[in-house]
Amino acid sequence: MTHLPYIAASYVLAIGVPLFFAIGTTLRLRAAKQRLALIDPRGKR
Amino acid sequence: MDTRQTVAPPRPVKLFHRFANPGQFLRLSGRVLPWLYGSGVLLTAIGVIWGLFFAPDDWQQGDTVKIMYVHVPFAWLASAGYVSLAICSVLSLIWRHPLADLAAAELGPVGAAFTAVCLATGSLWGKPTWGAWWVWDARLTSVFVLFLLYLGHIALVRAFDDPTRGYRAGAILALVGVINLPIIKFSVNWWNTLHQPASIGLTGAPTIAASLLWPLLFTTLGFTLLFAAITVARTRAGVMERRIRMLLMAKTSEASQS
Repeated sequence: MTHLPYIAASYVLAIGVPLFFAIGTTLRLRAAKQRLALIDPRGKR
Repeated sequence: MDTRQTVAPPRPVKLFHRFANPGQFLRLSGRVLPWLYGSGVLLTAIGVIWGLFFAPDDWQQGDTVKIMYVHVPFAWLASAGYVSLAICSVLSLIWRHPLADLAAAELGPVGAAFTAVCLATGSLWGKPTWGAWWVWDARLTSVFVLFLLYLGHIALVRAFDDPTRGYRAGAILALVGVINLPIIKFSVNWWNTLHQPASIGLTGAPTIAASLLWPLLFTTLGFTLLFAAITVARTRAGVMERRIRMLLMAKTSEASQS
């Protein structure tokens, strides 16, 4: 591969950005579930 | 005689209202989300491995064609995400449904990030093929305008103390911005652009070899499922956070009255 840096950078971005969002959203969901379970008995969904 | 009658709403509207109920949405999305994430990761992994290690190089572009397997899905999702934003905006303005408002607010940052990746991967593809990181041609400029529209939507939704006013303003901006979508699609036909015309269309056979097309279909479907999973998960978190805020406000109000 003669253009490896361009290809590698593209794939890092394309995989990294969805991964960043997926991890961030999972943490946000987990925090919201825990908080909801504390203040609302119906919060366990 | 009382001539008033109770008329049931049409079936599609009833169905929409049923699934737009926040409680119903939480239950349904909880079941769908693992499948969306699982199938998205699987299809993306197949497409990426196939594209990187098994698909042939292009006779003209050489190995840089491998950037296509990530650039094209993000370009498609930049526009498709905006169409989803516009649909949420219509639902928000007509039915004033809070779930549509929340979905639109959660879609904005994901759409903006995916559009930014589309622009960045396009730039990384452009440098070795065109010899330039960026040119102000019609396709690149119209996608950049799309990115600015996403940013404008994010800013407007958060600009008001009353969230409902922010959602309305964002919905109006999103609908005005729809005019940019046909400009993006047809820019390569209407103007003489450095960007190549579409290789895949709905009306004709693709002008791309099958050995390059298959991994592209896998990555496109995979990233689309991941985009949907991220948006559904963010909306789910948004619904829960809104419920937390409402419960806390109710508790504060009770405490101040007693």
